[in-house]
Amino acid sequence: MGKWTRRAFIGAGVLTGGALVVGVAVRPGNPVDELKGTLAKGEGEELINSWVKIGTDNVVTAIVPHAEMGQGAHTALAQMLADELDADWDKVEIMEAPGIGKFVSADIGREFLAPTLEVPAILEPTVQGSFLKLAQAMNLQITGGSFSIRGTGQRGMRTAGAAAREMLMASAADEWDVPVSEIRTEKSMLIHDKSGKSEPYATFAAAAAEQSLPAKPKLKNPKDFKLMGKPIARKDIPPKVDGSAIFGVDADIPDMKYAAVKAAPVVGATADSIDAATARAMPGVLQILNMGDFVAVIADGYWQAQQALNSVQTKWSATEGDSLDQDAIFARYTAALDDAGTDGGDVETEEGDTGNAFASADIQLEAEYKAPFLAHATMEPMNCTAWLRDGKCDVWTGTQSPLGARSTIADTLGIDMENVTLHNAFLGGGFGRRSEEDAIVMAVRLTKAAGYPVKVIFSREEDTQQDFYRPSAMSRFKAGLDKDGKAVSWDNIHTHLFDPADAPTVPYYNIANHRIRKIDVPMHLRFGPWRSVDHSQQSYFIESFVDEMAHAANKDPYEYRRELLAGSPRHLAVLDGVAEMSDWGRELPEKHGRGIAFVPSFGTIVAEVAEIDMSGPKPRVTKVFCCADPGYAMNPDGFAAQMESSIIYGLTAALYGEISVKNGAVQQSNFHNYKMLRIDESPEIAVKIINGDAKRLGGAGEPGLPPLAPAVTNAVFAATGKRLRELPLAKHKFA
Amino acid sequence: MIKLNVNGTTQEVDVDPNTPILWVVRENLKMSGTKFGCGIAQCGACTVHLDGKPIRSCSTPVSAAEGKAITTIEGLAAEDGTLTNVQQAWISEQVPQCGYCQSGQIMSATALLRDNPSPSDEQIDAAMKGNICRCGTYPRIRKAIKVAAGAKTASTEEA
Repeated sequence: MGKWTRRAFIGAGVLTGGALVVGVAVRPGNPVDELKGTLAKGEGEELINSWVKIGTDNVVTAIVPHAEMGQGAHTALAQMLADELDADWDKVEIMEAPGIGKFVSADIGREFLAPTLEVPAILEPTVQGSFLKLAQAMNLQITGGSFSIRGTGQRGMRTAGAAAREMLMASAADEWDVPVSEIRTEKSMLIHDKSGKSEPYATFAAAAAEQSLPAKPKLKNPKDFKLMGKPIARKDIPPKVDGSAIFGVDADIPDMKYAAVKAAPVVGATADSIDAATARAMPGVLQILNMGDFVAVIADGYWQAQQALNSVQTKWSATEGDSLDQDAIFARYTAALDDAGTDGGDVETEEGDTGNAFASADIQLEAEYKAPFLAHATMEPMNCTAWLRDGKCDVWTGTQSPLGARSTIADTLGIDMENVTLHNAFLGGGFGRRSEEDAIVMAVRLTKAAGYPVKVIFSREEDTQQDFYRPSAMSRFKAGLDKDGKAVSWDNIHTHLFDPADAPTVPYYNIANHRIRKIDVPMHLRFGPWRSVDHSQQSYFIESFVDEMAHAANKDPYEYRRELLAGSPRHLAVLDGVAEMSDWGRELPEKHGRGIAFVPSFGTIVAEVAEIDMSGPKPRVTKVFCCADPGYAMNPDGFAAQMESSIIYGLTAALYGEISVKNGAVQQSNFHNYKMLRIDESPEIAVKIINGDAKRLGGAGEPGLPPLAPAVTNAVFAATGKRLRELPLAKHKFA
Repeated sequence: MIKLNVNGTTQEVDVDPNTPILWVVRENLKMSGTKFGCGIAQCGACTVHLDGKPIRSCSTPVSAAEGKAITTIEGLAAEDGTLTNVQQAWISEQVPQCGYCQSGQIMSATALLRDNPSPSDEQIDAAMKGNICRCGTYPRIRKAIKVAAGAKTASTEEA
């Protein structure tokens, strides 16, 4: 918990009838009175705090302010709360917090806006306060940044559980007239061994109202964890094997109609005119709408709507982006990098004298790298169901940002946020895509235009061509090595910096002189966060170039990184861990190779080794070894699953991922030309977890991805001698 | 009107016979476990069984199902709710992440194991490569199929 000031964040109140409510506030002040009506609706249910509720049946409900998109946050967060509460796991239920202002995840704002901020303890509340304000202004209740566990879980859920437990113990002590120190808790029971008394938590839920608030509830030490650190089965999995799990696209509203949509192929264009004569005559078609930036057909069924839309001829207005082709985009980057020259651009970080160190280095190395645009391609295409009636709007979807969505919906309709209810379902993949609100806005505009509930579903083609893309990027490096191969200078300039700010930096490598600059190159495509965000390109650039440095120094790439990490034991342990599990020195067959990469991101240190077989008609990654130190894995199986997931997601991108532009429009449309890795190409994956520091948790959803691409391209180099300075592998020919 | 046998129940639906089975099951019969992923038989999220054979319901017109039996994910478990070996293995191996593709994965795996009770890795790959998973659950799918087939393996270690 470190510098966190807890007092301000724990509040209490009394429900009608004298029942207890205790809340861990996400802002100074008491949120509980405002929350209790929303969260404690059941007969006799009491809200113990804003993240935990105890019913008369002794069921503990963990109220989780994050979306579940497969990352396992719901279960892991409930695990953290239930452990501190000593709750009976079999009687723990999970509820996703509604998208209302009290569940703002301020840590997100802080993490993204000032990730390296360190302030004296006394100033912490002020700093936190300002971020809370900012977060609320930005309407954040975001699931992203690999932050649920290390932020909400570590700071909110655990405190909530511990505070509730202490208040229950204190009220039992009063009732039984025994010292509180003699009371213990186990599986949602309060127990006094001397007298043999025991009662379920529910018995004392109301009486706990009389207790003073614990200013500083005591959190467990890892040695006392019963649920944290255990590979507990996820509670969202059973409904995902029998078809009963409800995703956004499954919303079923009485009398709803279905809309297929086609947005402007070139962002910024509008529909000058539409010819819908054929569509109008097609069965089931109700309305054909020119919405300006998109065209929609509403019909009795989605398939009917899509068939009809396919027959609509639209004339789109001309835009500046119309003439842009893929080569021209990279030519723009090249020109901008050339313009920046040796000293232009914005300096992100600088130490020492890079120019001089490079000029006097024994070995000088230069390289230029490129990475393409990427789409997210969530399995569940973007969709949203909206129903505007009597000035109130209900919206059913799966979003990573329910509060932001509510605010946007209110703005779109010109109504108060209080009149917008957002029903968030499971997300059929997020990866950053579901932090965008485009489909939501379309559905809201269509229900307003139509006057009845409308479900918008993007076709796969629309989903692929109307994404908020991972930006393409270019990066140029210069490195100087001394006669022993030791790195003495690192000079990098790259296009685009989106987020997080540390993505292009390598503070963990011992290089005396370094400078990193960026240049912004305007583009008409829409960009958005894509799993691991800028780490996804920057780590490919960085770890490929480090590999080039190792080879220039005539050193083993693993040993070379060991030297660069000298003096950082946690980093070294991860690097050594992956070398050991992959049996790094082991001889490989002809035309096989292995590559290594090391990337700390989102608070988690990860090293990966990929083995590749280049003997067949196309490259095949056979094995990936992953060693990761997230500080402490709250659910090690869930954490391992996120590493596996990031590796496959990253491998799809490394092998095939490329969105290209022609005449300003995205060319790829569906899985036949925007290829996904399939099971027959899936490598064996081994994951080793190091719990390096239980006090500093790292993320899980993203940090497994950044090392994958460079591990693969470094393996290609080891197998073939060919250095891949542009992704994906599919662009390259291998003899 | 088209007469359909879905999960053992015969129903009549009033739809254009060209409508893909997927949309009839989801919108007319209100069974949402079968998912839309691509619309062109590329991803397998919509997999159902037609007379026991796995098919892509997004690209098969409902007219092709007349006189045949459709089985969806909702129709796998026994009447008392007991899950099949495949579904149970999916839970024991903690396969699903977002879960969106998993109905289709389970339908493909179920058909595979019925025809071939102990498939090799190559046979698993061949039967399952039509089903895309963006969460990358492939290694666990392989394991779960082997568990369901009665052969257990393990590869994740902790320290």
